[in-house]
Amino acid sequence: MKPSDQKPNQGDSRRDFLKKSSVITAIALTPGIAVKAAENNADERFAELFEKIPLNLTVNNKAYKALVEPRVTLLDYLREELHLTGTKKGCDHGQCGACTVHVDGQRVNSCLSLAVMNEGKKITTIEGLADGDTLHPMQAAFIKHDGFQCGYCTSGQIMSAVACIREGHTSSRAEISEYMSGNICRCGAYPNIVDAIVDVKEGGATV
Amino acid sequence: MEKKILKDDTDRVDGILKVTGQAKYFAEYELPGLTYGVLVTSTITKGKITGLDTRAAENAPGVIAVVSHLNKPSAAAYEQEGGPQMKIFYTDKIFYNGQPIAIVVANTFERATYAASLVKATYAKEEFNTDFAKALKDPKAKKLQGQADYKRGIENAYKTAEVKLEERYFLPIETHNPMELHGIIADWRPNNQVTVYAKTQGVKATQGTIANVFKIPMENIQVNSEFVGGGFGMALRTWPLEIATVMASKHIGKPVKVVITRMQMFTMVGNRPAAIQTIGLGADKDGKLTGITHRAYGETSTYENFTEGVVNMAKFMYQCDNVNTSYAIVPVDLGVPIWMRGPGEATGAFALESAIDEMAHALDMDPLDFRIKNDPETDQQKNKPFSSKNIKEAYKIGAEKIGWSNRKNKPGSLVEGPWQTGYGVSVGVFNANRGKASVKGVLKADGSLLLQSATSDIGPGTGTGMTLIANKLMKIPVNKITFELGDSSLPPAPSQGGSATLSTVGSAVNDVCVALKSAIAELAANSNMDATANFVEVLKKNNLPAIEVTKESQSGKEKDNYSMYSFSIHFVQVKVHALTGVVKVSKIVSVGDSGTIVSPKTARSQMLGGAVGGIGMALTEESIIDHRYGRYINNNFADYHVPVSADVPEIDVNFINKPDPYINPMGAKGMGEIALIGFSAAVANAVFNATGKRIRTLPITPDKVLA
Repeated sequence: MKPSDQKPNQGDSRRDFLKKSSVITAIALTPGIAVKAAENNADERFAELFEKIPLNLTVNNKAYKALVEPRVTLLDYLREELHLTGTKKGCDHGQCGACTVHVDGQRVNSCLSLAVMNEGKKITTIEGLADGDTLHPMQAAFIKHDGFQCGYCTSGQIMSAVACIREGHTSSRAEISEYMSGNICRCGAYPNIVDAIVDVKEGGATV
Repeated sequence: MEKKILKDDTDRVDGILKVTGQAKYFAEYELPGLTYGVLVTSTITKGKITGLDTRAAENAPGVIAVVSHLNKPSAAAYEQEGGPQMKIFYTDKIFYNGQPIAIVVANTFERATYAASLVKATYAKEEFNTDFAKALKDPKAKKLQGQADYKRGIENAYKTAEVKLEERYFLPIETHNPMELHGIIADWRPNNQVTVYAKTQGVKATQGTIANVFKIPMENIQVNSEFVGGGFGMALRTWPLEIATVMASKHIGKPVKVVITRMQMFTMVGNRPAAIQTIGLGADKDGKLTGITHRAYGETSTYENFTEGVVNMAKFMYQCDNVNTSYAIVPVDLGVPIWMRGPGEATGAFALESAIDEMAHALDMDPLDFRIKNDPETDQQKNKPFSSKNIKEAYKIGAEKIGWSNRKNKPGSLVEGPWQTGYGVSVGVFNANRGKASVKGVLKADGSLLLQSATSDIGPGTGTGMTLIANKLMKIPVNKITFELGDSSLPPAPSQGGSATLSTVGSAVNDVCVALKSAIAELAANSNMDATANFVEVLKKNNLPAIEVTKESQSGKEKDNYSMYSFSIHFVQVKVHALTGVVKVSKIVSVGDSGTIVSPKTARSQMLGGAVGGIGMALTEESIIDHRYGRYINNNFADYHVPVSADVPEIDVNFINKPDPYINPMGAKGMGEIALIGFSAAVANAVFNATGKRIRTLPITPDKVLA
């Protein structure tokens, strides 16, 4: 929140200036009817010229090439741009784990990573975990052990659970719980989630 | 850990969608021309907006509009006198810190977020008070009756009892904090056609609220809410932020999506209100209760009254001829509360079940024996028999599983190094509700059954329960049954709250299935087929692709003749560290007595969830306000502590699983609330048993243990 006693014009930024000048240019160059459209497009043109950054990354084995504003988080890029909405926003502060994805094989809170920080990286989201119609063993184990209720934290839990096994933090239920404690489940499915992880670990399937 | 007591192991019907990320929650629908709204909120706690400068925001890149009380579109109901005091964008009054005062709409989320930071408000500030305890002490502060006073026998009989106690219990504000952030997508089209994608526990309720506020016909409004990322009560109403979003869409003629922040989840969508309660208990020397007095004060807002059933349990849970209760609400300058899981009953049960434990200790009785001794055969409040109640059996199962015989009645007896071990028990009870609902069933010649109702699933597994009811009656495999919900155009059903969905909607599913079966039998008879012929053959023989039936279902007269409740018993073992004051819940046994268990797997998960929520209520959860500013100071998941995996021990869930003969055709009673109600008292009682320290203020944090 801004202090309420600031003078009105103090908030005008460089972008406001660019925008206003663009409108002036547009008015000068185009007939009146096109002014509104020019104004809208100007925003995009200026953003692309001055504020967007090229990004190349791979998500679920598919290469993406894009221009993104540097302030866009990986989470919002996945959800709003790529429409990969399996990755969830629960806090936007790295405190709940709902947005967990794998970046080059490591579990990462995608809300704490800007999209542009992932240049050249390989991202795996919940949508990329299954092998076609065959569920990943962890996905199947979550269903078998009812490791969720509302399902909102589930994508993050599963991505974290897979990483937990890969990291080798599964020697006991207590160790699993400790290394899964970055993923909050408000429905309280924790015992079932631990059961699912133990089951996959003991099943010996490659995760 | 014994896990599978009940045989049926059917998986959640929407499991695959949830584990693959395909389940779509409200914010995940792509609409052409979708825009993003971000709310600007008040930075003062009470007063008036004197100026709102939106120019910089309007000029910021990508911004389409800023909507506030200065330029809002018409919301017909808000233009009339009276009605709700919180008429968003129809008032310049500030009722609490963090109240939405404007919405900035832009073409991306980032642009809307930035532009929202450019809106500048000026205010005329007024004196305020956000401190409930302070208001309670202030003789000038308003205290409103929250429930009619209740009296049976002699008032305050405990005062003259052979053994008596009177204690006060404090509960802080708790915040629901479902994992999914609240919000809505609103799409206002020409001719007043409105489509919303909502996070709601009731699609019909959301539809009705929008219709009422904007004075447009219900049929103009389509509410979609197939998947809801948890609610716990906070999505039982349509909040001002949702109306603001609908207004914004109406204003710009495009769909607008708002997803609020975790910080805003503390201020915009309700809380479990703080409460201060006094319990007076009297007993004779043999341990018979002779008087119960329960007086409670709950917090509410200044602009809307909120009440809940804090003192309900005291009226019938124990055999006692002299009972009196009172409940008042005290307004403070905070957002209005809303029911949170177990609602008022969970608040009340913490006090009553702690006091019962204290009385047992005063009598030098085992608290379990004390409860059994005072267990009523009939409901003394309603003067009716219970429809079903198997509490004594539940006590026995739970005691055996937790190892109650290891408990010593003398506190502080079990010590191992720095850890002190204690055992606690408590009871939970909640009204076994059944409302009125309609379900449509379509039985198809391809062997499938489609069921539809405008109910919700915030997580308990509504679709799974309904599918299993139909599966049992129709003998159609689960994978051939589809249950559709979360759509306001389907046959009406009440909101998902008060542990009523399975009982209410399940009864309508039952009735639809019975009707479909008799329709098939009739068709079979008319076409000279065997009465037991398969419905696929019957439909094919009659050249029918499908038959459909819609049924409305509600309770009959039975509900007037019986007192209907669900019960739970929670047993916990805790370990308390003598030097650090850390409390660890080391073992939990919960027993549910809620009639027939229709869907064992999801029912067990609900009990687990209640216990986990109970750990939070008992040990960690408290929404803290800096009363100098009227602002929450721990409004995020790093500072507001909900239980994580490492906080949760093995939980042994048990069900009595005996049908209630009167409530509904399934004999099933709700269990979402009882899973949590009473749990916090079991922890407090166990901490006392471990340490001899009685803690009457939640949460039981180390400072209180060591104090």
